[in-house]
Amino acid sequence: MIIKKYALLLASGLMLSTSAWATDWDLSILVGNCIGCHGPEGSSLGPATPTIAGLEEDTFVEAMEEFKEGERPSTIMERIAKGYTQQEFEQMASYFSKQPFVRHTQEVDAQKAKKGHHLHRKYCEKCHEDNGYTDHEGSGILAGQWMPNLQFNLADFHAGVRNMPRKMKKRMQKMIKRYGENSLENLVHFYGSQTRTDVKRDKDHDSDDHDSDDDSDSD
Amino acid sequence: MPKITRRQFIKLAAGTTAAYTMVGSIESQANHSEKVRRIVEKRGAIQGKVVVIGGGAGGATAAKYIRKADPSIEVTLIEPKEYYYTCFMSNEVLAGERAMQSIKFGYDGLAKYGIKVVHSLATGIDSVTKQVTTQSGETFNYDRLIVSPGIDFQWEAIEGYDERVAEQIPHAWQAGQQTVLLRQQLEAMKDGGTVIIASPPNPFRCPPGPYERASLIAHYLKQHKPKSKILILDAKEKFSKQGLFTQGWQELYGYGTDNSMIEWLPPSQGGGEVVRVDAKEMAVYAGDFEDRYRGQVINIIPPQKAGKIAVDSGLVDETGWCPINKKTFESTRQPDIHLIGDACTATKMPKSGYAANSQAKICALSIVASLQGKEIGNPSYLNTCYSLIGKDYGVSVAAVYRLQDNMITPVEGAGGVSPMDASVEDRKREVLYAQSWFKNITDDIFG
Repeated sequence: MIIKKYALLLASGLMLSTSAWATDWDLSILVGNCIGCHGPEGSSLGPATPTIAGLEEDTFVEAMEEFKEGERPSTIMERIAKGYTQQEFEQMASYFSKQPFVRHTQEVDAQKAKKGHHLHRKYCEKCHEDNGYTDHEGSGILAGQWMPNLQFNLADFHAGVRNMPRKMKKRMQKMIKRYGENSLENLVHFYGSQTRTDVKRDKDHDSDDHDSDDDSDSD
Repeated sequence: MPKITRRQFIKLAAGTTAAYTMVGSIESQANHSEKVRRIVEKRGAIQGKVVVIGGGAGGATAAKYIRKADPSIEVTLIEPKEYYYTCFMSNEVLAGERAMQSIKFGYDGLAKYGIKVVHSLATGIDSVTKQVTTQSGETFNYDRLIVSPGIDFQWEAIEGYDERVAEQIPHAWQAGQQTVLLRQQLEAMKDGGTVIIASPPNPFRCPPGPYERASLIAHYLKQHKPKSKILILDAKEKFSKQGLFTQGWQELYGYGTDNSMIEWLPPSQGGGEVVRVDAKEMAVYAGDFEDRYRGQVINIIPPQKAGKIAVDSGLVDETGWCPINKKTFESTRQPDIHLIGDACTATKMPKSGYAANSQAKICALSIVASLQGKEIGNPSYLNTCYSLIGKDYGVSVAAVYRLQDNMITPVEGAGGVSPMDASVEDRKREVLYAQSWFKNITDDIFG
């Protein structure tokens, strides 16, 4: 009976680690190098270097590819991404996708966050689902990300040094036209204010909030 | 069901633990470690004993990562200091931009991984009996030993300079009291004074360090004592990130003009290695002709070698540093003893905190593998070094390495320094990323 129990435990263990044990240590060494800047298991302690945990594998791989090709602006990531192969990107992506995105309290202006929430619902929620908690088709995780990093990314998008999908560009232009450049900062405060560990679908739309697609083009 | 003995099971389960713990997917690490711990305790099978000498960026990281990979391995960390002060970011303390408290780290974090922390000085290694002896007379047996002692100074290289004189003329190249001493001297210095920094020959701990120090002291002086000057007497003709530092000094401190706050003198320009210090006269003598320079504050960064325990235990070669197997970090002079961090020759990695942290993980997992009769594959190494030139002016160097022909080789086409034409915004961002690196790596080492 006891031998059987151990054998089952062992067999399940072996099944889950079908690759040779040596490569699991290699994986650990590979991702271990990222921890120094990106924090424990990829959840950065801030103030600015982003958390890279919990992303979908495709999102992660694409980010690394864009850094490597110089398509995504960076201060240091291009130099680092160039040091790794496609396979290594996939190994990193697989590991970090399974790590929890640990959120920390940041200095948030409540007024700005409130405005940002309204803006998010109107312009961003369609792709950045669940108040930016859910990474879907490359949308990344915005909720609870380090605010300076969000601010850098939005500034880069706005300045045109970083590419965005056409839909996003259109919505961002609409938003800034209507609400001004301060809208970017308000979004940053909204996302920075998100510290939930559970993710809920945002069902409570105010009656006068609507998605920006409902606006006429002349808006 | 295949029949296996309990002994076989323990061995295999421990291997599976490594896989689980590292990939960490299905069960939580804690649950699985607990399961293995209970099984191992019942059966009395300990995978091995590892002793780590040195609780800095290398040793503390190695101790933690062994325990994370295989909690059935007993780990003892021997570190004399109750608190570790990081050299990295200590230059910000010198500039008055950071508190000492923020570079101070205790060992409670490591204790929660079940690491036995012994606050004593390791004084001897017996590689035959595989025992480490400490100053208090205790002995510790090991199956594998990691020696991460950091640096020691070649006091004999500078006439008139030793540990005693260093209490008056600091090196501040080991952080803590030395940092406080140098900061106090800078605070006490009158406007118009000269700060001398003696920068040592290669190889030494933290290649860009002396120049970051000059930069941040200049930042402090510019605000509070603007008539003052910094004179760097360099044993070398060129230095790490030189183009970037020069550009930054030009932009921020008048470098290249008559009003330059910083002067850098290599051997070819009347500088050179400081060979003599006259503490009474507050003067140093540098270069082949022993030119005399006087300063109101003098910071000597002496030539270096591996930490004392490594030297005393025959782990160094004629260079004064420890030769190693670059995959496992095992000494090439003694079996079952591993060297990591500043003390080892890990060319082409520089002697840096990040490098020590990267090496520690590779070494830790090599040992875990070896205790299970296995080997790691082809390791990946990384170094990233941030240097702060001004309050909003940061630069970096990075390299990704693989093992090639027994050399830790930078991957071609990757790595390098920050661009010379980076924007003001990017220089600002690098400062914030440097601060983030500091938070994250110290949590990795001590948390």
